[in-house]
Amino acid sequence: MSTGQDGNQHASKSAAAIDRARAQGRAALIGYLPAGYPSVKDTIAAGIALAENGADLIEIGIPYSDPVMDGQVIQAATTEALAKGFHVREVFDVVRGITSKTDAAVLVMTYWNPVVRMGVDEFSRRLAEAGGAGLITPDLIPDEAAEWMTASDKYGLDRVFLVAPSSSPERMKRTVDASRGFVYAVSIMGVTGARTSVSSAARDVVAAAHAAGAERVCVGLGVSTASHVREIAEYADGVIVGTALVAAIRDGGVDAVASLTKDLSTGLTKEEA
Amino acid sequence: MVRLMVDAPAAGSDESTVDAFLQGGRPAEHPAQGEPSLRHAPGPYFGNYGGRWMPESLIAALDELEDTFEKAKADPEFTAQIADLNKNYSGRPSLLTEAKRFAEHAGGVRIFLKREDLNHTGSHKINNVLGQALLAKRMGKTRVIAETGAGQHGVASATAAALLGLECVVYMGAEDCRRQSLNVARMELLGATVIPVTNGSQTLKDAINEALRDWVANVGNTHYLLGTAAGAHPFPAMVRYFHEVIGEEARAQILDQTGRLPDAVCACIGGGSNAIGIFHGFLDDPSVKIYGFEAGGEGVETGRHAATITLGKPGVLHGARSYLMQDDDGQTIESHSISAGLDYPGVGPEHSYLADIGRVSYEPITDSEAMEAFRLLCRTEGIIPAIESAHALAGAIKVGQRLAADAAAGKATDASEKIVMVNLSGRGDKDVATAAEWFDLLDKDSPEAEIAKEGEQL
Repeated sequence: MSTGQDGNQHASKSAAAIDRARAQGRAALIGYLPAGYPSVKDTIAAGIALAENGADLIEIGIPYSDPVMDGQVIQAATTEALAKGFHVREVFDVVRGITSKTDAAVLVMTYWNPVVRMGVDEFSRRLAEAGGAGLITPDLIPDEAAEWMTASDKYGLDRVFLVAPSSSPERMKRTVDASRGFVYAVSIMGVTGARTSVSSAARDVVAAAHAAGAERVCVGLGVSTASHVREIAEYADGVIVGTALVAAIRDGGVDAVASLTKDLSTGLTKEEA
Repeated sequence: MVRLMVDAPAAGSDESTVDAFLQGGRPAEHPAQGEPSLRHAPGPYFGNYGGRWMPESLIAALDELEDTFEKAKADPEFTAQIADLNKNYSGRPSLLTEAKRFAEHAGGVRIFLKREDLNHTGSHKINNVLGQALLAKRMGKTRVIAETGAGQHGVASATAAALLGLECVVYMGAEDCRRQSLNVARMELLGATVIPVTNGSQTLKDAINEALRDWVANVGNTHYLLGTAAGAHPFPAMVRYFHEVIGEEARAQILDQTGRLPDAVCACIGGGSNAIGIFHGFLDDPSVKIYGFEAGGEGVETGRHAATITLGKPGVLHGARSYLMQDDDGQTIESHSISAGLDYPGVGPEHSYLADIGRVSYEPITDSEAMEAFRLLCRTEGIIPAIESAHALAGAIKVGQRLAADAAAGKATDASEKIVMVNLSGRGDKDVATAAEWFDLLDKDSPEAEIAKEGEQL
């Protein structure tokens, strides 16, 4: 994995945010919110609340018509955002709205076709201009990412690819090498959604990614409580929470996001053995 | 070629060939000479199309499938199994029937129908499901999942699963389940579980999304039995492989019956599996013009259609880069067609490539044109076609009339010497209620009329 400082003048914002948490002796907390749910203004306010209550990185999801990696809660939220008329270009307003008020690294999580449609270079330029850190790409593997590799280098953006329990050692190495900022370890074979326990597979995926050379590995899918966070913070560099935050904003608005984030962040510090 | 699309073809296409085609000329006098064969394209890429735009979680399963498929193709035991099932279960080879009375309405050319409607389960779909179900067994998978729109692929999948002792789950849009309740019952009779999908537009593309979510979670014991020549590699090349038998039989049969190759081959295009199957037999025959007919719905100018290549733009959906009906944000646009089997906003990547290089001409056929051809075939040949296949028949009428006009203008030999082949991909039993409603054949107050208003296809 690139450290973020090799060969270009741009430092990785995601790596810096994770390293700041590490310097404090803890894992990083990464929170996901879908853009435009329930409104663009709310997404910005909730993003700021995430940052002010303990999140180190923020993922802003682009609502998409065919979200094959998402479970019911996130699907319902993004479907509603689209029905209300969300446009892809508004994601840059969200990113700018959060980065102008906080120090959190803000990444965009997106299925690939909206980026293709805008043009990979144009999308990247606008994301960088809005202060964004990079992209998390759930349906783009490094094998198909030539255009994105070029654009992310050009604009100094992080490229966060996913690794899974099913990834072969060869693919693990290849994906780790192609990533910058951090590697997203999928904890379970499945789609997004809260689960009662974190799969034991997550620990193995993180170990495999570290063994393949990844300096920063963050775990997502199925993480919804402070005790999940505590468990994962033992072995991973960051913990990603999505569905639980979406349910919070759905049920209790920005205040609920703030209090859940505060609660989740209590799990970040590695406990004394 | 009616290319209303404003975007230029993707970079790398053969501009001169496309230009020649747009101007109505032949793709080239002898495109096969000195050029690589278009047959047996292995993937993952077809020009700029294809690939694997998929979550990493599924890549291992795609790798396993590709490996199993490549080994199976080279294994005489597997090819013998396929040949045996095709012959003794599906009823292959399917017939090639000359449609003399129908042809009188197509400029007087000779028209031959490749009778995939006579296969077991009533369409070409059986060719693919038997092959994939055998691969599932080879991989040690005990469960297959499938998506379905009208229910044809779901029925075929349930059939193959019953035959080979596999558990079968079929995802079907809730809207489609309602419209196709008898096909739901048919799948259940065959032992499958049908799960209505209530997300998104509740149609075929959402059924595919839900099948992919199931696959991610259950990939250890489950094979995704995709129903068309689309999706991530190896699906487009693999599904085509199982349908190549259509083109191989058709080529041998037309040579046997007429002593020469056809002037044109026509097929309907949804995802494009029946079409790529018959096209494949003729891709390297430069004298054979090839036509794919997309669903023009209520007319391409209305926006309510499924003419993906005619009006779409390149994008990625369901694992492949291909032409796609999408808005300016890259969100998939819902398609519309009277034919549920063609009602899909994407298309297989090999078709996108064949369109760009000009080897195949893709044109839209409206609901009305398709239904007129549907009625014509019923009345002139005693064959009730699937409404999907009626799009190919309507296209063949146009092609025949153009050939006749060329002949009348002295630009070609007599129309009666021209040969047009149509892939009759399925039978129309399932479409009787839709057709009865379309042609107003039902008593206003009859229960059948009520069902038909709901769009029921029996």
